[in-house]
Formats: sequence, structure tokens, C-alpha cells
Amino acid sequence: MDPELIKDCVHCGFCLPTCPTYVLWGEEMDSPRGRIQLMDQHVHGTPVTDEMAGHLDACLGCMACVTACPSGVRYDRLIEQTRAVVEQEHRRTPDERAVRAMVFALFPYRRRLRAMRLPMAMSKRLRPLLERVNPTLGAMAELAPPAPRHVRLPPVVRSRRRRRATVGLLTGCVQGEFFPQVNAATVRVLALEGCDVVIPPRQGCCGALSLHSGREAEAKRFARRTIATFERAGVDTVVVNAAGCGSSMKDYAEVLKDDPGWSGRAEALRFRDLAEFLVELGPVAERHPLPVSVAYHDACHLAHAQGVRAQPRQLLGAIPELDLREIAESAICCGSAGTYNLFQPQAARELGDRKAERVLATGADLLVSANPGCTMQIAAATRRAGKGELRVAHTAEVLDASLRGLSPQSLGWVSEVAR
Amino acid sequence: MSTLQRLTERLGDILDEGSVITDPVRLRTYDCDGLTYHRATPGVVVLPESAEQIAAVVRLCDEYGVPFVARGSGTGLSGGALPRTDGVLIVTSRMRRILEIDIPNRRAVVEPGVTNLAISEAVRERGYYYAPDPSSQQICSIGGNVAENSGGAHCLKYGFTVNHVVGIELVTPQGEIVELSDRDPGYDLLGAFIGSEGTLGIATKITVRLSRTPEAVTTLLAAFTGIEGGGRAVSAIIGAGIVPAAIEMMDALAIEAAEAAVHCGYPEGAGAVLVVELDGPHAEVDHQFAAVERICRETGAFEIRVAASAEERAAIWKGRKSAFAAVGRISPAYIVQDGVVPRTALPEVLAAIDRLQEEFGIRVANVFHAGDGNLHPLVLFDDTVPGQGEHAEAASGRILDLCIEHGGSITGEHGVGVDKSRYMPRMFSEEDLDTMQLVRCAFDPKGLSNPGKVFPTPRLCGEVPGVRKGVHPLVESGMAEQF
Repeated sequence: MDPELIKDCVHCGFCLPTCPTYVLWGEEMDSPRGRIQLMDQHVHGTPVTDEMAGHLDACLGCMACVTACPSGVRYDRLIEQTRAVVEQEHRRTPDERAVRAMVFALFPYRRRLRAMRLPMAMSKRLRPLLERVNPTLGAMAELAPPAPRHVRLPPVVRSRRRRRATVGLLTGCVQGEFFPQVNAATVRVLALEGCDVVIPPRQGCCGALSLHSGREAEAKRFARRTIATFERAGVDTVVVNAAGCGSSMKDYAEVLKDDPGWSGRAEALRFRDLAEFLVELGPVAERHPLPVSVAYHDACHLAHAQGVRAQPRQLLGAIPELDLREIAESAICCGSAGTYNLFQPQAARELGDRKAERVLATGADLLVSANPGCTMQIAAATRRAGKGELRVAHTAEVLDASLRGLSPQSLGWVSEVAR
Repeated sequence: MSTLQRLTERLGDILDEGSVITDPVRLRTYDCDGLTYHRATPGVVVLPESAEQIAAVVRLCDEYGVPFVARGSGTGLSGGALPRTDGVLIVTSRMRRILEIDIPNRRAVVEPGVTNLAISEAVRERGYYYAPDPSSQQICSIGGNVAENSGGAHCLKYGFTVNHVVGIELVTPQGEIVELSDRDPGYDLLGAFIGSEGTLGIATKITVRLSRTPEAVTTLLAAFTGIEGGGRAVSAIIGAGIVPAAIEMMDALAIEAAEAAVHCGYPEGAGAVLVVELDGPHAEVDHQFAAVERICRETGAFEIRVAASAEERAAIWKGRKSAFAAVGRISPAYIVQDGVVPRTALPEVLAAIDRLQEEFGIRVANVFHAGDGNLHPLVLFDDTVPGQGEHAEAASGRILDLCIEHGGSITGEHGVGVDKSRYMPRMFSEEDLDTMQLVRCAFDPKGLSNPGKVFPTPRLCGEVPGVRKGVHPLVESGMAEQF
């Protein structure tokens, strides 16, 4: 933890009301200001105690505090460094260690995820049992979306009009396995807007989960491999449709800063969120009317970490007959936060319930978000609320439907109601 | 076992395990409020959820003679919530329910941990708001506002917390739950309690007045080459009989900080900017706006911007409201001062502050509520350089001297707290201070409620429980009687 970064905090407290755990529990050590104080204690020689690790682990890493901070504190950097220190210095309970090992051996690997799709979808019935064995397993069973049909994307998709750009596409691990229809929609939208899309077939994990959990060496390994993959694909712009992945890829140069060769290669690639890229490119394809009411959810790693708030709203708002609605407390995290809803299921559940309440209050037909984690989390929470089913979709799918003139009924998936 | 340990053991009867903090690592996170210059790790922290719990904790403190300090969101800028190492810190951050909204009577009843802005947000759709608006309104608690009698940019026209709180339920330093109201005949105890900085008890329920959202609001940003032009404009506007909702000024250094933090895009080359907000009925606002614009041009404004939408207004205010914390971008540490001078003395005092900067070789950024002469000089220093903190303290003390010399005050809205208690004797005679102690003793004879704040040295009923230091001079001279 860099003492210089800690010093930037002037203790004004502006971050407190945007911090999900402070909103839940109202205590200083579960606020960004308090956590920075904990980091400061560690820098000044206090060892990582169980209590300290607990409060640092409880941080979702949603970066809402970074948006709120008038002093420009780099809490994102600080928490990343801190998580690495906690991983090295803190000994977790055997249970926690086992669960973490399982998650990190599964999620960053698409083939393993694919093998797990069916068992996970079936595990819904076993949820009460799994919950008793371990809360993380219970949370996984609750969150799992229905097993979708496998979609195979070709290595290159040509533009459907005069070519305006050539881009690479990151297909993502969870996005690719659980939401392949989102990748398919993304490719169609890009092609209709005049892009050649290159989809390297054997791309791995971007490293986001590892980076956001303090597994530095693993994160760097994934980062280097992803950079090499897109270099080989011959593109200089990589479009990403999962917020968590996009935010960590934009940080590659900083993550690899000790390795000048690699950080230079990272800087040579342009990473763009889909919505950000489409707005920069400007629309050319015709938008057909899509009479549907949409509640747009700000994924933290898009809004706070990448500052992409206006672009998705601009894209959705430009669709004729689409009624765009705002969700109250939009800056507060839904509790998904990468692996958070697996490792901190209780806090994640409370935040999910809070978010679901506000999403349902909009009365919208469809929830749209740009992160697979948020989508699964909010869908699970609305099911728990038991107030009917809420359809969920990605920004790309809504655009795709409008560009192709499909009916709004074609949009979104509803996962089965949990018993 | 220490007294505090014995008391702590009994806290379990009042609060659940998660609401009593004794772990040293956790306790340290409560060691200061918004003023980081003073730090003390509390003996124990409690997070109560009801007035009854607070009363029970305070009764224990009374029984054991242990001091207690109340804290809301910990954003105070005078160290008013600085904990006691030998005492209990009572934090109200879990008491954040809005209990009642009564639009026909324009009242809302809230718990002390509710943030200032949350009240306005809860009633905005119905066309109302809570008027006092400290710059930290998104996080500062209403309980803290009551303790400090907080103000804000719009207090020029609408008044301070004391003008907008009509009733309080409080826990006295003996642990009784008492209600005070502005309808009570007799002494204005409500007025005495508001702004007492936690020395007379802890507010547990606050009834606030709601104000109607003005029909029209116009915000104007005028840029001047220097601070003198802005000062002249302020005097001329008030002199013309206009009472704007707010008149705020920032100097070049404060603008630099705000630009760095929030990219507020204030006009380039501005040595000072003036933010003037007018509100009220359309006709009145239009009329006043024309006058203000003319005055600004006449006094040398080189650029005037008018906010055409709520977003543009927010953009203008963003620079101003984030200015304090934004100074963190241009300096490792700073002291926020809070002096008041008569409006007419503004140019003279600002020039004197300029000279102080040269004398001390220290930078001072100026952000202030120009309309009511409430200065917020930010004295910048580097806390890693030994001695610079003391040097900055000395400079900021001199600024307060300037305020007093010009017939002003050492605090406009941040309170005295621990930070400025030593300046109290520069403003008040010993007799004045003793008289204030009589009021304090009437509420808190044992001196357990936030001791060490506001007053420079313990006197009379004293900061030390049970020790009485002689007869009060007023009693001795026969002017007062002690019961």
C-alpha cells in the first residue's frame, strides 16, 4: 500500500454515502475513509488482524468512492494493493481457502465453466442442501442463469456496410459461457454499424477476477496472454462488453508497469467498452422502433471505474419508442461485484434486495445492464422479492433488436422461479 | 480494572455485540473527525439505534464518571467530535430513519444520523426542501448540524440550523430523555442547545422546518481578475438592497484546486469568481438578476455566465462545494479556518491575509460566504515537513486575530470545538467565559458531555468530575446566585 496514495485522503467523508457497506452497516471501518485508515495502520506497522482483513474483504471494490472523492484519492489502486497484501499476510480459515481455490480454479477457465453449466443450472433444486454445506455454494446455485444454447462465433465477421473500423472482441468467461447471445448480439451490432470484428478463437480470461481479488501474479499472467492474443489478431482496438473485464483491461499498462516491454505493448492497444466505442464511432445503421420500457442499471465497473454513464443512456435513448427509466440510488452497487456475491453472500444478498426493490419501483418491462455479474445478481434478487419476473438483457441485445427490427418480446431472459 | 473497563462490561446489557467496538484496530478508525490535525483513539465506541440506548449509555457514564462524546458522520471541521481516550464515543450513524414527513405543517421528524441532504431528497418531489446547506450536506448528519448550528452557502438569506429546527428530543448528560420545542414558553432552551457543540447533551430526534422550493432560481458566475473586484461587487449588491440566496467567492488558488478536482471549467484567467444565486418568484428574480448583472459588469467582471438548467447550476456549485476537499489536490495538508468579519471589512482583511502569506511564506486559498462575511481561508502546508504544521497553526491564529480586530468572530459555522477553544479568551473576557460555564453547569454539572471542547480551560463545575474550583466571580459579586 503506497503511503503517498494514503496521504491524499483528507478525511472529508464525501465517500461515505456512496459506499454500499457503509449504507448497510453505518460503521466507520466499513467505509472507504475507515478502510484507508486501516491501510494506514498497516503501513505504520500494525499486522493484518482478522478484524482488519474482515473489513477489507467486505469492500466490494465498486469504486463509487472514487467517483465521489473530491481529493482524487486512488482508492482503486489502494484496495488492489491492499488485497494483494491481505492475500500474502492473512491466513484464512480452511473453509474460506477451499471455496476460494474452487472459484479461482473455475471461473477464469471457459472450458471448465462450460462443463459446469448443466450441473449449475440443475443445482437450483439442491440449493437448500448446498447452502448448508457452504454459503458460497448456495449463492452459486441461486445465481446460476439457465444453461443457454451454445453459440459458436466465427473468427472474423465482416462489416455489413462500408467498413469504418476493424476491432477485436473479448468474449469473456462468464459472458461467453452463460450469455453467448450477448456476444452474438454485440457482433451483429458492430457489423451493422460498419465494423469488421475479429474474434480470436482461443482467448482466455482477461484477469479481472484475479486482479480484483489480490491475486497479482495470476492477473499479470492473464493480462500478458490477452495482450498477446489480440496482437496476434492484428487489431489495435479491442471492444469489451463486460464492464468488469473492460475496467481491468484499461488498467493493463499500470498492472504491468514493472515490466516495461509488456506495459508498452498494453499501451499500444486501445480497450473500449462497447457503448463507449459505438458513441465514438457514431450511428449509421437505422434504428427501428422498440416499444419497451427499460430500467438502465449502472454497472460499477462501467460507471465508476470507466466513467461510462452517458453513452449507454445515449444509445438506448436514441431508439424510437423506447422508454428509458432511471433507477433510484443508481450509484450504489447491486452486490455482485465480481466474486463478492460468492465470498460475502450475506452482504451481497442485502444489497441485491435493496437494488431489486428500486429496480421494481421503476415499473419497467426490462432491466438492462452491461455486466453479466450484475444481471445474474439482480435477476436472483428480483426472484427472491417474488414480485413477478423481470426480464433482463444487455445493452447490445437491445440495440441488436432495434437494428434488426425485432419485437420487444424477443428480448431478455427470465430464469426459472426458485422454489 | 479501570473504570472504563467496568463500564464497558455493562454495555452488553444495553447493546448487542456488534454495536460495541473495543478492538484497537477498529477503534483507531474513529480517532478524528474532518479535522485530522487532532487525533485521539476512543476508549470504546458504541453504535446505538435508539434514544433509549443512548440514554442508558449516558446513565452509565454518569454513574461511573466517564466522559462521553457524540459523533454523527465525523465531518466536523473544528474537532468537535474528537474522542476521549478515557471515554465513550457515541456514534449516531445507525440512527438514520426519517420518522415522519408532515407536509401540511411543513415539518419532518428525523433521527440524528440522517444526512442533511437526505431530508431534502425525501421531500423534493412534493416541492419542499430543508434550507441550511453545508457544503458537506451529502454526508454531514443533522445531529451534527444541530450541535454545530451549521450554516451553508444559502444561510445568507435563509438563516442557520437554529432557524430551521423547531423541536428536539435530547438525552441530557444525566441520561434523561427530554423534549424541547420552539413553542415552549420561558427561556429559549432550544436556542441554547443548538450550537452547544455536544456540551449540553445528545440530540436523538430532530423536528425540522421544511421550506417551499422557490419558484425560480437563477445562478450566475462572474469572473474577476482579482479578489478586490469581487469584493466591490458583493458590497454593491448588498448595498442595492438585494439579498441573494447566496453570494460565494473563491480566489485564484481555490479555483485552481477545484479545477483540478472536478473540472468545473471556471473562466480562464480568473483571479476570483463570484457565485451569486437569486431565488424567489419569477418577477422578483428577473428584476434582481438584471441589477446584479449590471453591478458585476460595473465592478469589473470580465465574464459572466448564467446557468440555464439545473445541470449547469450544479456544475457551477460543484466547484464551490468541493473546494475544501479539493485543496487536497494542491497541498498535502491544510487547515480550514472559519472567521467572520463585517462585510465592509472584507477588502482590508483579505489584503492583510495576503501580507500574512508573504510574512509566513505559506499559501492561503480563500473560499468564502462573501454575503455574510464568513471567511474560509485554507492554510496550506506539508505535514511531512517538521514544524510546518505549527507554522500553519500560527498563521491561521493570526488570521483569527485579524477577524477579531475588525469586529468579527473566530467562527461562523464550523464551531469552536477543540481547534479554536484556545482563541476564545481573545474574544471573550474571563467573566464572559465564566457566565457561559454557568449555563453549561446547569445542564452538565459533572462536565462529562464532550469535555475539553469550546472552553479553553476547565473552570467552575469544571471538566474534572466533582471538583469545584472556588466561587464563581459573578456569585461572589452578588450578581448571580448558585442553587
